[in-house]
Amino acid sequence: MGKKLLIHNDKVHGIETLEIYRRHGGYASVEKALKTMTPDQVTDEVKKSGLRGRGGAGFPTGLKWSFLAKPEGVPRYLVCNADESEPGTFKDRYLMEKIPHALIEGMITSSYALGAKASYIYIRGEYFYVARIVEKAIAEAYAAGLLGQNILGTNFSHDCYVQVGGGAYICGEETALLESLEGKRGNPRIKPPFPAVAGLWGCPTVVNNVETIAAVVPIVNDGGEAYAKIGIGKSTGTKLISASGHINKPGVYEIELGVPVEEFIYSEEYCGGIRNGKKMKAVVAGGSSVPILPTELILKTANGEPRLMTYESLSDGGFATGTMLGSGGFIVMDEDTSIVKNLFTFTRFYHHESCGQCSPCREGTGWMEKILKKFLNGTANESDVDLLWDIQSKIEGKTICPLGEAAAWPVAAAIRHFKQEFLDVARSKKFVDVSHYNRLYNVNA
Amino acid sequence: MSSQVHGTQHFDKAKRATLKFSDEAMQTAQTIISHYPEGKQKSALLPILHIAQAEFGGWLSPEAMDYVADILKIKPIEVFEVASFYTMYNLKPMGKCVLEVCQTSSCWLNGAEDIVKYIEKKLDIKVGETTKDGMFSLKVAECLGSCGTAPMLQCGASYHENLTYEKVDKIIGDYKQAGKLRSYTDLDYKNTL
Repeated sequence: MGKKLLIHNDKVHGIETLEIYRRHGGYASVEKALKTMTPDQVTDEVKKSGLRGRGGAGFPTGLKWSFLAKPEGVPRYLVCNADESEPGTFKDRYLMEKIPHALIEGMITSSYALGAKASYIYIRGEYFYVARIVEKAIAEAYAAGLLGQNILGTNFSHDCYVQVGGGAYICGEETALLESLEGKRGNPRIKPPFPAVAGLWGCPTVVNNVETIAAVVPIVNDGGEAYAKIGIGKSTGTKLISASGHINKPGVYEIELGVPVEEFIYSEEYCGGIRNGKKMKAVVAGGSSVPILPTELILKTANGEPRLMTYESLSDGGFATGTMLGSGGFIVMDEDTSIVKNLFTFTRFYHHESCGQCSPCREGTGWMEKILKKFLNGTANESDVDLLWDIQSKIEGKTICPLGEAAAWPVAAAIRHFKQEFLDVARSKKFVDVSHYNRLYNVNA
Repeated sequence: MSSQVHGTQHFDKAKRATLKFSDEAMQTAQTIISHYPEGKQKSALLPILHIAQAEFGGWLSPEAMDYVADILKIKPIEVFEVASFYTMYNLKPMGKCVLEVCQTSSCWLNGAEDIVKYIEKKLDIKVGETTKDGMFSLKVAECLGSCGTAPMLQCGASYHENLTYEKVDKIIGDYKQAGKLRSYTDLDYKNTL
């Protein structure tokens, strides 16, 4: 059993309430930070922990915090990115729904480190009911003096608010999120300036993912060094993995970084193997935008070493033979899955979610969807595979925000590893989809 | 002014004059506005549009957007450009219960397309349409963060997960019997049925 730091109490009855949460050691990090540490000491512990952003990019959190500009007389903000929308990812929802106080505790402790007088939790609109749960927890925290003026009798005062979005994947990009928080369309901003200098309403702002902020709690409680001891190399600590697809036990798992991929998929502790005794065909390991890998490459690197659940091991081999940990959205596909059709659902998604600012993304995602539709209609030609490759290569790196890459990478990887399947569909002039409810839904119904 | 910015849609001044939030909704709106610094009240636009959609029959008419613009002291075009950008705001009338079936990867892998077909047949409508009695609209949605409990559909604030045909029957039957408008802002998300 690996160590759990974030959702170890998720099965405790009533853990969503302040009373039970505190009974299980909740808000100790606020006590410790506000009463015995300076803000810089808190930031130092986060730096020592090696914590990396859990939303997908994996940027070192302590470093991100240290970039925050601190001009005299200008308010600073902490914004929590709870716009979880990456297909395959549902861990933040789980955390907020089950243990909302873990996020709020992290928000207070982190805001103290950053000197933020106010913070906002931007939750995707579809998670309205989750926003209610978080709002209720915030109200409890206010009533207990954990938010508001002079928290726990100290000089630190802080307000924390929830804002719901309107349904737009792009708002998970931090500058689009800030635009949305300001009541505008979610069009990503050109960087620089980075939010650390000019973020919310032009003020210095740190934007962190839900899981990242929740991880600050154990880091402050146990120290950054203790956190860094968990995991392997630069992949420190624990990570929430959202597991879905054709596995026996879909759900959210907290793993110590470094668990072998094979163990994660097949052990009873985690995914419990492939459903219906089928063989595995492919895995998308870190949310829809990371490269899909066939079974042999997800279980072992090109060098034949066991692939581990770490940032480094998953990206071993670059995009030629590797992938990324990303947001930890782990989608497993069995042997009957059509990679062509799965790619179609991803591409349709990115076309729908493109904000429309940059032509390569706005037009390119639509073209790719149309071409993939031809494969499904049985009207594609072999040359369409090259055309898809060409289009994706002309989106990557040519857009304001990374949605361009997110849309291009899955197309590139699907063709890189499953080109024959695309050619076969094009040659046969017909597409047979066997991914149906009747076949799939006979086990856990 | 407002009649110009909503394009071809008719702007009904008489209808606009009758629009008003309930006291409770207005109070909630004012609380949300108070969460932002002085002069930054526009930030409250997204949450208040959700309230407006729930208050005014499940969609945002040009008149409703004009009303929201007044509350926030911003131009109607600023409201329209936001309302037209985000998926959750309906710019045309919808059924009382909008069934949104997730269709992205994990849901597709678990048979979401068959769920859509099943609902289409059951309600005798296609995706994007509303039943004649105005009770149900059917939409497909992109990833709703329910991949581990796929397939799923959302109706108002409620997530219905691990769907089977039987569950769909029950959901539709229960919503129909209750006959109420379902909104994202509903408080009774856990016991909606």
